[in-house]
Amino acid sequence: MTDIKAAFKNGKAFIPFVTAGDPDLDTTEKLLIEMSKSGADIIEIGIPFSDPIAEGVVIQEADLRALASGTTTDKIFDMVKQIRPQIECALAVMTYINPIFVYGTDKFMKKCSECGISGVIVPDAPFEEKDELKDYCDKYGIELISLIAPTSHNRIKMIAKEAQGFVYCVSSMGVTGVRKEITTDVGEMVRLVKSVSDTPCAIGFGISTPEQAKKMAQSADGVIVGSAIVKIVAKYGKDCIEPVCKYVKQMKEAIK
Amino acid sequence: MSKGKFGIHGGQFVPETLMNAVNEFEAAYNKYKKDPEFIAELDTLMREYAGRPSLLYYAEKMTKDLGGAKIYLKREDLNHTGSHKINNCLGQCLLAKKMGKTRVIAETGAGQHGVATATAAALLGLECEIFMGKEDTVRQALNVYRMRLLGAKVHAVETGTMTLKDAVNEAMREWTNRVDDTHYVLGSVMGPHPFPTVVRDFQSVIGREIKKQLMEKEGRLPDVVMACVGGGSNAMGAFYDFIGDESVELIGCEAAGLGVDNPKNAATIANGTLGIFHGMKSYFCQDEYGQIAPVYSISAGLDYPGIGPEHANLSDTGRAKYVPVTDEEAVQAFEYLSKTEGIIPAIESAHAVAQCIKIAPTMDKDKIIVVNLSGRGDKDVAAIARYRGENIHD
Repeated sequence: MTDIKAAFKNGKAFIPFVTAGDPDLDTTEKLLIEMSKSGADIIEIGIPFSDPIAEGVVIQEADLRALASGTTTDKIFDMVKQIRPQIECALAVMTYINPIFVYGTDKFMKKCSECGISGVIVPDAPFEEKDELKDYCDKYGIELISLIAPTSHNRIKMIAKEAQGFVYCVSSMGVTGVRKEITTDVGEMVRLVKSVSDTPCAIGFGISTPEQAKKMAQSADGVIVGSAIVKIVAKYGKDCIEPVCKYVKQMKEAIK
Repeated sequence: MSKGKFGIHGGQFVPETLMNAVNEFEAAYNKYKKDPEFIAELDTLMREYAGRPSLLYYAEKMTKDLGGAKIYLKREDLNHTGSHKINNCLGQCLLAKKMGKTRVIAETGAGQHGVATATAAALLGLECEIFMGKEDTVRQALNVYRMRLLGAKVHAVETGTMTLKDAVNEAMREWTNRVDDTHYVLGSVMGPHPFPTVVRDFQSVIGREIKKQLMEKEGRLPDVVMACVGGGSNAMGAFYDFIGDESVELIGCEAAGLGVDNPKNAATIANGTLGIFHGMKSYFCQDEYGQIAPVYSISAGLDYPGIGPEHANLSDTGRAKYVPVTDEEAVQAFEYLSKTEGIIPAIESAHAVAQCIKIAPTMDKDKIIVVNLSGRGDKDVAAIARYRGENIHD
């Protein structure tokens, strides 16, 4: 069993996201270690991009802070490699296709593998373009996580049939960010996936409260939270470890 | 399978949320481009509303002054709304309406595409929202008011470099937010498939007219066709019909800002590297980690870190040549054309005029250059005055 699939064996999976290098890599390092101890099942490490078109303002600003602090893809890999033994949970990276492509897709996936990163999530590489990444992912045993959206309809089965790791179910229209209400029928999205695949489904985009997480977890195998955590990091800066971990514990507890 | 490839370039690198929207757009385009009724309707709009065909004007004074090749100007500046952008906007907005969309959104740099979209939307009864970098809303304040006058809502984008690139980011984000009733009228031959093809097809009327008009006037093909290139829609429109005519040299003029060796430039073919951004594989100004560079040009319409995928391929194959033109050269050409021919060109188009001024004297008198004058320069007058140290009100 892969690291990512195993991460769904401990009840419903809680998958927090952090932007690497926000506000600096020392803080990210501590966050990864402590979030893992606090109940995270997979941590999504965001490699910052100058123009993240799928992100709302919260993560856009985090990306800019991270880049301004001198964060680079190499520095992130170096940091993760060094602390990987102290992290129990699975790791995935989330970034855009340009930082991967320009770094060199082969070299990028090789580095992921050397750092103990098990999956990649690339929101601007849809099903039709996965050839750009797939062979390199396979070569180094990295799972390419597929996304499905409320507009996917007829595409869901096609995507799910070839899904690896987990299926990232985008709960809402638009970009990432906290939402008061999620109106999409995510249960139906998950049912379509399950009709053709046994790949776990995790729901992300817009989730921030334990109540929302609990509700989402009823119809899926896991819950992804990004902007709500990045907001805590933005508020507390280097002192964010404790409040973030408290939040992670609370969320994991809510979906157990 | 990846679609919409030009050599190694192109593709559809957009979030899953948009995939059905771009597929639906592709299907509608393939249906309507062959539909006699749609073709007739668009043709009427182009003729009766936009004022096509635009003139092909022999710039006799300029030709004599430069003392070399014979120079013709393709007067896209005389179109309704003052630039070539209306060709694509009428096409896409009509298509959006056929698709049952009730709202259009668009990015704009100099404001010309925003104005053209707002115009087509007003005419066809579509709701319209325009995204424009905050920096550009200042540089092109006149166009912001024009868009509002036409009934559009203008959003000043305050992220990133607050220019065209950021306006595209924000328009894409808004499209993922609302796709059911909304079509994104992309303004250049860029973005995910099918946009580079659709925009090129709607703009290719420029090259077809040049060919026909020059045949009538000179009985032959031109030796050079040149145009400015940001994303590259007016250049692609001018070039497309000549790609098979190998005797015709195609020259795209990129914005080199303060110079290609200065970080403040937007010359993508000169300085860019292969990347994948804004839905397409192409060349981009970026760093070694794929972070998009904050580019610069005096011209808001060319101030973009990428180039359309078909241009990238024309550059790879050597079929077209791309040359950098600086702010200073463009401003001089802006002033030169105004004084010599009594035509004030858009500062974007002035980049092509500048290259023409450089090469015409080196060519024989029996050679013919066609410069695509993509837009008129009224919108730039205040900015050029500022460049020359004079402060006038917009």
